[in-house]
Amino acid sequence: MDAKALAPGIKPGRLDGELIAAGFSDLHPPLDGHEAHVAADRCYFCHDAPCVTACPTDIDIPLFIRQISTGMPEAAARTILEQNILGGMCARVCPTETLCEEVCVRETAEGKPVEIGRLQRYATDTVMAKGVHPFMRAAPTGKRIAVVGAGPAGLACAHRLAMKGHEVTIYEARPKPGGLNEYGIAAYKSTEDFAAREVDWLMQIGGITLREGQVLGRDITLDGLREAHDAVFLGMGLGGVNALGVSGDDREGVTDAVDFIADLRQVSDLAALPVGRDVVVIGGGMTAIDAAVQSRLLGAMNVTLVYRRSRERMAASRYEQDLAASKGVHIICGASPVAVHGNGTVREVEFEFTDDDLAPTGERFRLPADQVFRAIGQTLVGEGLPELSGRKIAVSGAGRTTVDGVWAGGDCAAGGDDLTVTAVAEGRDAAEDIHARLMG
Amino acid sequence: MADLTTNFVGITSPNPFWLASAPPTDKEYNVRRAFEAGWGGVVWKTLGEEGPPVVNVNGPRYGAVWGADRQLLGLNNIELITDRPLEVNLREIAAVKRDYPDRAVIVSLMVPCTEEAWKTILPLVEETGADGVELNFGCPHGMSERGMGSAVGQVPEYITMVTRWVKQYSNLPCIVKLTPNITDIRKPAMAAFEGGADAVSLINTINSITSVDLDLFAPEPTIDGKGAHGGYCGPAVKPIALNMVAEIARDPEMPGLPISGIGGVTTWKDAAEFLALGAGNVQVCTAAMTYGFKVVQEMISGLSQYLDDKGMTLDDLVGRAVPNVSDWQNLNLNYVTKARIDQDACIKCGRCYAACEDTSHQAIDMSEDRVFTVKDDECVACNLCVNVCPVEDCITMERVEAGATDERTGTVVPAEFGDWTTHPNNPMRRTAAE
Repeated sequence: MDAKALAPGIKPGRLDGELIAAGFSDLHPPLDGHEAHVAADRCYFCHDAPCVTACPTDIDIPLFIRQISTGMPEAAARTILEQNILGGMCARVCPTETLCEEVCVRETAEGKPVEIGRLQRYATDTVMAKGVHPFMRAAPTGKRIAVVGAGPAGLACAHRLAMKGHEVTIYEARPKPGGLNEYGIAAYKSTEDFAAREVDWLMQIGGITLREGQVLGRDITLDGLREAHDAVFLGMGLGGVNALGVSGDDREGVTDAVDFIADLRQVSDLAALPVGRDVVVIGGGMTAIDAAVQSRLLGAMNVTLVYRRSRERMAASRYEQDLAASKGVHIICGASPVAVHGNGTVREVEFEFTDDDLAPTGERFRLPADQVFRAIGQTLVGEGLPELSGRKIAVSGAGRTTVDGVWAGGDCAAGGDDLTVTAVAEGRDAAEDIHARLMG
Repeated sequence: MADLTTNFVGITSPNPFWLASAPPTDKEYNVRRAFEAGWGGVVWKTLGEEGPPVVNVNGPRYGAVWGADRQLLGLNNIELITDRPLEVNLREIAAVKRDYPDRAVIVSLMVPCTEEAWKTILPLVEETGADGVELNFGCPHGMSERGMGSAVGQVPEYITMVTRWVKQYSNLPCIVKLTPNITDIRKPAMAAFEGGADAVSLINTINSITSVDLDLFAPEPTIDGKGAHGGYCGPAVKPIALNMVAEIARDPEMPGLPISGIGGVTTWKDAAEFLALGAGNVQVCTAAMTYGFKVVQEMISGLSQYLDDKGMTLDDLVGRAVPNVSDWQNLNLNYVTKARIDQDACIKCGRCYAACEDTSHQAIDMSEDRVFTVKDDECVACNLCVNVCPVEDCITMERVEAGATDERTGTVVPAEFGDWTTHPNNPMRRTAAE
C-alpha cells in the first residue's frame, strides 16, 4: 500500500487509474446472444405471471423473454418500452431482487430467478445500439404541456405525451437532463454515459423541447406555466437534503451524499475526484449504499455505513447490503449520530446505540472520519406548490394534484416507492390522464 | 457389476453397445479408438461394390435441431456410403478384427440389387474374419435414387430376395437394417424374416428437412442454394424407433426374431428401454458423434448399475416390457385416475392451469393467491398437466380405487377389468356366450 492510499484527509488519486476503472466497470456485464438464449430458456412463461404483477410498470415479462428466445430482441424491446420508455435504465438500476426477480417462481423453487433485469438490458441495448426508436408521433393536437423536471418521471410523461401528438416543453433545473439517472445512481450501474444516451434516444420521438437551467421558483413559476400551457406535470424530484441535526454538522468534510454522487457521475477523470481515507456514511437507503461503495472504489481505506435502525429495516435491499459488504464497506446498524467532532474539520463522529424504536441505550462510540456523508433522506423544496400530503405533493388517481390542470409524479409526489421504475410508471400514467382530460 | 456380455445371433461382445454403420466406423483409425474406449462392437460403415468410390457433396453434410443451450436434439445427414476403396476397407476390417477378437465386427453392405453383385462381395467380406453382415436397406438419401438403400427397404419382395441371396452365398449371420420411411414396419421385417435373416436392425434414419434458411429460402443443410432431404437421427427419433422395435418384437408372425435397436440411444437408460422392448443389443451413432467415443463408458456403468439394482441379468431385461405393449382396445377403461398436485412441491407457475383451462378439460382451479387444485369432477386424467409441469413429481396421477365414485362420471369404479372390446358403446363388442 503506497503513501497516497494511506494519506489522511480528502485526497484524489488514492488508487491508480486502472484499479479505479476496474472498480467502476459494469456491475452486471451485458449478456451476449447465446447467454441471453440460455437465460431466456429458463423462463416458464407462467400463467398470470407474478413478475408482471411485481413490476411497477407492468411489463409483460414472459412475452418479452419469449421474444428473446425466438431471436427477436427488437420485438422484446418494444414489449418493454411500450410500458416503460426508460426500460434500458430500469434494466440496470431496478432492485429486481425485490421486484420481478423476487417473485419469479424459479426464485421460489431454486433460489435462482430468471435473470429478468439482464434480459431486459439485452433487448433494450439491441434496439438502442441500432439507433432505432420504435414509436411514432400521432398527428399534432395543438395542445401544449409543461413538464417540470427531466428525470425519470418527467421524461416518461413527456415521451408519452409527445407520442400522443402534444407539444411538450421540459423545464429542467440542472444543466443536463436525466435527473437521478444522470446525477444520482452508482456509476457502475450506468456506464458509458448511458443516461445521456438514453435521453437522446428517447427524444427521437420528436415534439419535446428541453430547457435546461430552469429552476421552479427562480426562473419559472407554477402559475406562469399554467397560464402558458394546457397542462403542467411536476416531476422535479426532491431538491433538499435532510440535515443530521447534531452539533458539528457544519464542520468541513461533512457533505451530502447526493452531491458526492453527482460529482462522481459528472467528473471526467475519477482519479481526480478526492475522497477521504476514513469515510463515514450516515443512512440506510440506496444513496447511502452508493456513496459508501463508491468511496471504497475510489480508494477510501475505511468506509463505515451507520444506520439508526436494524438491518431488516434498511431501505437498501439485502442484495445491495451484500454488495456493499463485498466491496469492504463496514455496516453498523442500530446507532444514531450524536455529534461531529473536530477542530473546524471533522475528525470523529460520535454515535449512540439505539433500539429499533430509536430509544437511546446510553452506549456510545466514536468513528474516526475525515469525510462524512449525510444520506438520511431528501426533501421537497419549492413554494407555491399544490397541497402537500406529509412532505410531498398530494395526488389522487393518476397523479392529479389539488390544482386543476396540474399533475405530479416521481419522488416529489406522495405515495409509491422512490424508485426509477415507479417514477416512470407515474409519469406515464399521468400522461395518459392528461391526454384523456385534454382530448376527452 | 452386472455382466453385460451379449450374444447376438451367435456374435458375442463384451457389452450390448455397438457403433452403428456411419462415419464413426468409417475406418480402422476410428474403430480402434472406439474399441479402446470400450465399445462392444461396430458395424463398419457401408461398403459398396468394387469400382470408382462414391463421391460426397463438398458442402455441409449435416443439419441439426438444437435446444436453447445448443444441446443437439436431432441430426440429419446427406452423407453416402463409404467413399474409400473397397480393398482398403476390407484390409482394415481384417486388421482390426485380428487385433480385437473379443469385439463384434459387422460389415454393412449395399450393392446393386442383382444376385451377381451380392455373390461377388460376400466372400470378400468373409475373408476378413468379420462376424456378420448388415444389409443396408435403410439409407434414405442419395443411394436410394440409384435403386439401393431404402429403395430396396421399401419393397418387401426385394428384401426377401436379397436376404435369400445373402444366406445362400455366405455363412455369416445376416442382419437386415430397416428403413422407417414406410407405413408399417412389420411388413419389411416380415420380408427379412421370410428371407432367412438372422436379425433385423432398426431404425435407419428418417426422411427429413431439419430447417429452412429464411434468407436463402432453402432447406438446410444448404449446398449452393439448394438442399435435399436427409436422414434424421439423434435423441429426437427415439420414440419412433422404440415403437417400431416393439411392433416387431410383439408380432406373433415373427417369433423370436432378434432385433438390434437403433435410434437416438444417448444414455444407458435409452439403451435399457430398447432392450426392454425386445432389442438384443443397441447401436449408437449420434451420441458418439456429439460427445465422442468415451460416452459409452457412461452407458456401460449405468446399465450395469441398473441391472445390479434390479437384481436382473441382461437376458432378464431383454423383452421384459414386450408383454405389456398392447393395443388401445385392450386398455382397461375401468382404471380411473385423477391428477393430484403436491402443494409443497408446487412453485405456482400456473402452467398446468393454462394448459388445462385453454387446451384441455378446465379441471384445474386457480385461487387468488395462486393455489392450484384439481377439480375431480372435470379431470379426465389426460396427464397434460403432468407433462407441462416444470417440477418432476409435483403432479401425479392417483388411482381412484374400485368401489369409489368417479366424480366426473358419477359412477362407481368397477373392480373388474373392462376394455373397449366389451364396452356397451362399442357396436362391435364381444358378448359372452349364452
